[in-house]
Amino acid sequence: MISCNNISKKYKKVQALSDISFEVKPGEIFGLIGPDGAGKTTLFRILTTLILADEGVAAVNGLDVVKDYKLIRERVGYMPGRFSLYQDLSVEENLNFFATVFNTTVEENYALVRDIYQQIEPFKTRKAGKLSGGMKQKLALSCALIHKPTVLFLDEPTTGVDPVSRKEFWGMLKKLQQQGITILVSTPYMDEASLCDRIALIQKGRLLTIDSPGKIADSFKKTLLSVSSENMSMLLTDLRAIPEVESCYAFGDSHHITLKNRTSEYKQEHSDSRRKMADDITVIINNLKVNLEAKNHINVIIKEIKPGIEDCFMELSKNNM
Amino acid sequence: MEKVIVVENLTKAFGRFKAVDQISFEVEKGEIFGFLGANGAGKTTAMRMLCGLSIPTSGKAIVAGYDIRTQPEMIKKNIGYMSQKFALYEDLTVAENIRFYAGIYHVPEKEIAPRTQKLLERLGLEHEKDSLVKALPLGWKQKLAFSVAVFHHPGIVFLDEPTGGVDPVTRRQFWEMIYEATDSGITVFVTTHYMDEAEYCDRVSIMVDGKIAALDTPANLKKEFDANNMDEVFYRLARNASRKAD
Amino acid sequence: MHPEKPIEMKQFISFVRKEFHHIFRDRTTMAILLILPVLMLLLFGYAINTEVKNSKIAVYDPSNDTYTRAIIEKMQASEYFSVVKMLKNEQEMSEQFKSGEVKMVIAFSENFHENLLHTGDAQIALIADATDPNSAKSVVNYATAIIAGYQLESQQLQQIPFQIDTQIKLLYNPQMKGAYNFVPGVMGMILMLICAMMTSISIAREKEMGTMEVLLVSPVKPAMLIIAKTIPYFFISLINLTTILLISVFILGVPVAGSLFWLLALSLVYIFVNLSLGLVISSVVNNQQTALLISGMVLMLPVIMLSGMMFPIENMPVFFQWISQLIPAKWYIIGVKQIMIKGLGFSAIMPQLAVLSGMAVLLIAISIKKFKYRLE
Repeated sequence: MISCNNISKKYKKVQALSDISFEVKPGEIFGLIGPDGAGKTTLFRILTTLILADEGVAAVNGLDVVKDYKLIRERVGYMPGRFSLYQDLSVEENLNFFATVFNTTVEENYALVRDIYQQIEPFKTRKAGKLSGGMKQKLALSCALIHKPTVLFLDEPTTGVDPVSRKEFWGMLKKLQQQGITILVSTPYMDEASLCDRIALIQKGRLLTIDSPGKIADSFKKTLLSVSSENMSMLLTDLRAIPEVESCYAFGDSHHITLKNRTSEYKQEHSDSRRKMADDITVIINNLKVNLEAKNHINVIIKEIKPGIEDCFMELSKNNM
Repeated sequence: MEKVIVVENLTKAFGRFKAVDQISFEVEKGEIFGFLGANGAGKTTAMRMLCGLSIPTSGKAIVAGYDIRTQPEMIKKNIGYMSQKFALYEDLTVAENIRFYAGIYHVPEKEIAPRTQKLLERLGLEHEKDSLVKALPLGWKQKLAFSVAVFHHPGIVFLDEPTGGVDPVTRRQFWEMIYEATDSGITVFVTTHYMDEAEYCDRVSIMVDGKIAALDTPANLKKEFDANNMDEVFYRLARNASRKAD
Repeated sequence: MHPEKPIEMKQFISFVRKEFHHIFRDRTTMAILLILPVLMLLLFGYAINTEVKNSKIAVYDPSNDTYTRAIIEKMQASEYFSVVKMLKNEQEMSEQFKSGEVKMVIAFSENFHENLLHTGDAQIALIADATDPNSAKSVVNYATAIIAGYQLESQQLQQIPFQIDTQIKLLYNPQMKGAYNFVPGVMGMILMLICAMMTSISIAREKEMGTMEVLLVSPVKPAMLIIAKTIPYFFISLINLTTILLISVFILGVPVAGSLFWLLALSLVYIFVNLSLGLVISSVVNNQQTALLISGMVLMLPVIMLSGMMFPIENMPVFFQWISQLIPAKWYIIGVKQIMIKGLGFSAIMPQLAVLSGMAVLLIAISIKKFKYRLE
């Protein structure tokens, strides 16, 4: 549905994108996940025919983004990162305007936007500039959907939106997916990765990995431990002082650490040594606990855990410095 | 413990609409106080009042020992402020930005040079001293913005979504800077949309529809709402909000 | 498939409707747009007045004959001057100026009438306080005009030979009213301001807000988008044109001496030039601030300085005269003067109409060619 081959783009001195290749299958929710400045918006603009890549080719719906830009513009829905509605027009006026821009009427495709639009319909005479973040986002989505696009490009739709509205928004995306719309969405929130079918992690213009969130987590090669105690701030310093600890980061109510010279690769490949490994880990955890308690930590809890996307991102981004 | 923020029945009404509706809380010296809430719950309005930028309709608040109603100028001298939207001048260099903020907060002239040196060393920005801020990666900008916000050693620093869009590693380094600041006695008042960051706070308040719906340590909140993490706590509280628009 | 035409028409109408919404909802800007011409006319008409009324003058008249007394009487009778002092000797003159009490002193030579009759060469010195050069110049001009007028009168009566210093300015502006000069100027300025500045700002705003991005990723034709942008400002400039003409005719007393039809035709062409100029500007700027600066500084200044509105083009250095040829307002102001003040017909404004039409075609072509259908 969307394909990108070796796309590169440079702005003056800054290499915004280097050698990006990936494919989005029909009907998929594909997440482009990375921090601000990673190149997400540049990539979106290339795919929506707004800017030209320096190198590489890309196609949307089988249409070339350079040659067939007019045809692509008729078929895709695009919601740019910034709030891109007319602030001084009402909710209703915005929707009607964008409907005519796309050669259609609100009535014609109402079925598609009904679920979303109904939530803001009570405020339809209110100016778009006076809506809350969550409602602006729903209106912008309605406007992007009004011409029944086959592919939807959403550039950071949830940035700056509170967690509740974000959950609602992802619920809406799932419903759109059921109606057969392919969705490419970008976000800086790593926790939203699990809501996508497949994701690409992006940093500094390079893709770190492309796969389903589950497989990316599985490919995390190191043993990951979560550690907590009564004094989390001191715990961070103390953990980093331990020579065996390779990396240590705060993760909500615990710290996540990886250890040097240990990969969990054994686990899969050498089933014989599995028991030995498990024993090993118990030993390590015990040693660590003793070590920390000697430094006056109370209620030390150490567990081996499965990595999340954020752990993977941090691990992968080490190689992309 | 010394109380650096005392809020009693603070209310801000716009016509008949109560953006902030009789909120009361206290923040202790050296605490990291998380101020959460859905969009439109009244966080920004409350924060503006505490910074002395807007006068409350009723109720009172003492910030850093000064009344927000009668001594807003004193408050502004004694707090630091940083927001995601505006923090530094992109078209000034790192050193110029520091110099500018030092100037508006009356940092003693002879203090500026040594403090600037220390700040740059701490951030590893010695070689970027004369680069324009817009040339720095976002993560560095945010860390620099925070350092600048506490450059005049304020009693309290207000951070409005300081880590939005920042990469995971930098986000954590940012929080470590916050910890360091509190170790030196600075109180941190912070808003965020990242729920894992709520866990880093000593206490968290969650605003719903202009009122404070919950206020406690993250551990207690999780216990009270029988939740695994702060995300669930937040969701349970904010889901039923009646106020959907600003 | 949808039939092509009606859909495009519908899109166009909905675009234009949107633009009007933007304008009507921004009450402040709209008020400024509508009131600005009125303010400007009144400001030029009353506050920044180069006309002189009841200027205090002193007279030194050693001759004191029938002729000089008659001239002094004429001066006194005119609404421009009031004679406040008769000077006894030349020394008093400099004292008068030092005290700043009078604007001008009229000094007759001795035996004025006699000299005039016999040698045909009598002298009047007009000595003006030029600390304010503009008003000094006007005062001297008025006085010269009155004296010349009197000479003409007495010549008819007495057949006395002398040279007449003709004032060309009096030909079409017998009362020497400033309004005859600044009304065309204000017309040129206002129409440019509304059309060029507002069009470029409103397109820049779409770029700034990010809405341009969405419109580009849509099947809308760029030409339609930009033409729709100009329609509301076209109407507003017509309203302004009407207000200016009404005020100048009924309040400032400047009549439309020539054909109203050709005046409107010329104005329409001028409006098109400025709308397309606004579009050209918008294609090179990305935010409202730059749009404002470019249309404000790059367009306004030359119009004020070089269009002949304030300073006569003939007096400029050749280089600036040459540049002034490129300024649409210059051609428009000349054309308006031809019709409004001189009451000349179509043939007199042919060159101006031709030049402005040429500029309009060129600028529209550039703006369509330069419109970017991508973001860079």
